[in-house]
Amino acid sequence: MAMSDLYREHLLDHYENPRHHATLADADFSHQASNPLCGDHVRIDVKLSEDKTRIADAAFSGEGCIISQAATSMLLESVMGWRIDDVEQLDPQHVLSLIGVPLTANRVKCALLGLKVLKTGIKLWKLQQMQHSA
Amino acid sequence: MWSVGMHTQREFFDVHAVRRDFPILQQRVNGKPLVFLDSAASSQKPLPVLEAMERVYREAYANVHRGVYALSEAATAAYDEARAKIARFIGAPAVENIVFTRNATEALNLLAYAYARAFLREGDEILLTELEHHANFVPWMVLARERNVTLKFIPLTPEGLLDLDAFERLLTERTRIVTFAHVSNVLGTITDPAPIIARAHAAGAIVIVDGSQSVPHMPVNVQAMDCDFLVFSGHKMLGPTGIGVLYGKRALLEAMPPFLTGGDMISYVGFDDVRWNDVPLKFEAGTPAFVEAIGLGAAVDYLSALGMDAVRAHEAQLTAYALERLSEVSGVRIYGPQDPQRRGGVIAFTVNRIHPHDLASLLDQHGIAIRAGHHCAQPLHQRLGVNATARASFYIYTEPSEIDALAEGIEHAKRALRIS
Repeated sequence: MAMSDLYREHLLDHYENPRHHATLADADFSHQASNPLCGDHVRIDVKLSEDKTRIADAAFSGEGCIISQAATSMLLESVMGWRIDDVEQLDPQHVLSLIGVPLTANRVKCALLGLKVLKTGIKLWKLQQMQHSA
Repeated sequence: MWSVGMHTQREFFDVHAVRRDFPILQQRVNGKPLVFLDSAASSQKPLPVLEAMERVYREAYANVHRGVYALSEAATAAYDEARAKIARFIGAPAVENIVFTRNATEALNLLAYAYARAFLREGDEILLTELEHHANFVPWMVLARERNVTLKFIPLTPEGLLDLDAFERLLTERTRIVTFAHVSNVLGTITDPAPIIARAHAAGAIVIVDGSQSVPHMPVNVQAMDCDFLVFSGHKMLGPTGIGVLYGKRALLEAMPPFLTGGDMISYVGFDDVRWNDVPLKFEAGTPAFVEAIGLGAAVDYLSALGMDAVRAHEAQLTAYALERLSEVSGVRIYGPQDPQRRGGVIAFTVNRIHPHDLASLLDQHGIAIRAGHHCAQPLHQRLGVNATARASFYIYTEPSEIDALAEGIEHAKRALRIS
């Protein structure tokens, strides 16, 4: 694989001009995590639809390698308006397909950090809702 | 042209001849000749080490210390001989000072469990440094939480050396253990052990030296430095994985209770009584990794034939060249002492606007293997104020042309990521 293949144009574009790179003041929930191997850090804020079933808006912040940051940018771009139940079940292959280039095992962890943060955020938010209604 | 150093009369060994002993270095990675710059994580293995281990399995394999038949006697003799080679290699007074462990990490855990839990009391202090590897950090942290022992950390100077004035202030009559890396696996900092050990002894503390990055790379003599314990791993010094060494002063080893228990570490077991074997076997429960120990013995032979002074001179010269060559690449920031005489063959660096992981991936596509991350030293990286660094490290088979390849690879990476 040539060097230009791994750091393909659209990946660099998402890294240099990340979509949804911000924090949301009116988020329904936020979650963050780090990849202990490389210190990549991703925080995701999510604003839900009025019926609290869909992602109305989402934004991420953090720092890390190109793969982790670009993958999170692509992920958020792709899940806008999705039902959170569907996001929770989302196959990691979805993110890997967005990246579109083969990654070594250690770099897969970088790529999936954003998805892990988003899924865990949704889980914790649901848990909190259950506790509130109980 | 790579020339003999101006300030030493010592003969350098022939790196090309050395490289022919390492079959793995002949391969190509991603279509490019392999440039292996991660020996600080684990070194490659020369043919004599591979052959020594294969010879045991093919010709002289049986469990040690058990059989009275010829094969077991032969394996036991080879195992004992390996221990003697290692004792000589680090200047230990006797084979009884050498305990085989799985690696340096296990040796440090052995000390934290068997020595510290037996002899330290609430309120005692352990003095370590800010640049320790997690292996010489976490076992003491766990102990501190369990036994209300206090950990104190010797800080670093801006250049990345241990702050010896601070050491003097932190050393108290409550300090029971002083421990430090002889050579830092990130900054490369070489710490002169003897003065610290003398001061610690005067204060009544014992000293544990982490030799993981020094024993493979320079002459180390435990009696000259007068440390109480020294630990190191075989796989970083041409030997196989799964074998490491704990050197200890005999009186201390004898006073300590065992760490792991079971077979081989006992002299008598009855239904209501058990007596421990003599040192060092008291600390070697179960069938030991004796084939690996024999492999490590062959590694020690290989290094001794080159001469540890020559190994150190070779790496010091490479390090001086790398410091110079990398500092010419714009955007590169090097961590640790700038004086090559004060550092081992390991260089942690960052490249402006390139995450170390991206850099490592891009270099890998040129066949260049470096480490990226925190190198099992997260607290040190917190001190340095960075999440991660890239790290190139050298050994006996490293050539200056590989440092050129690294410098050129960084330039390629910058171009690929559109950084000028």
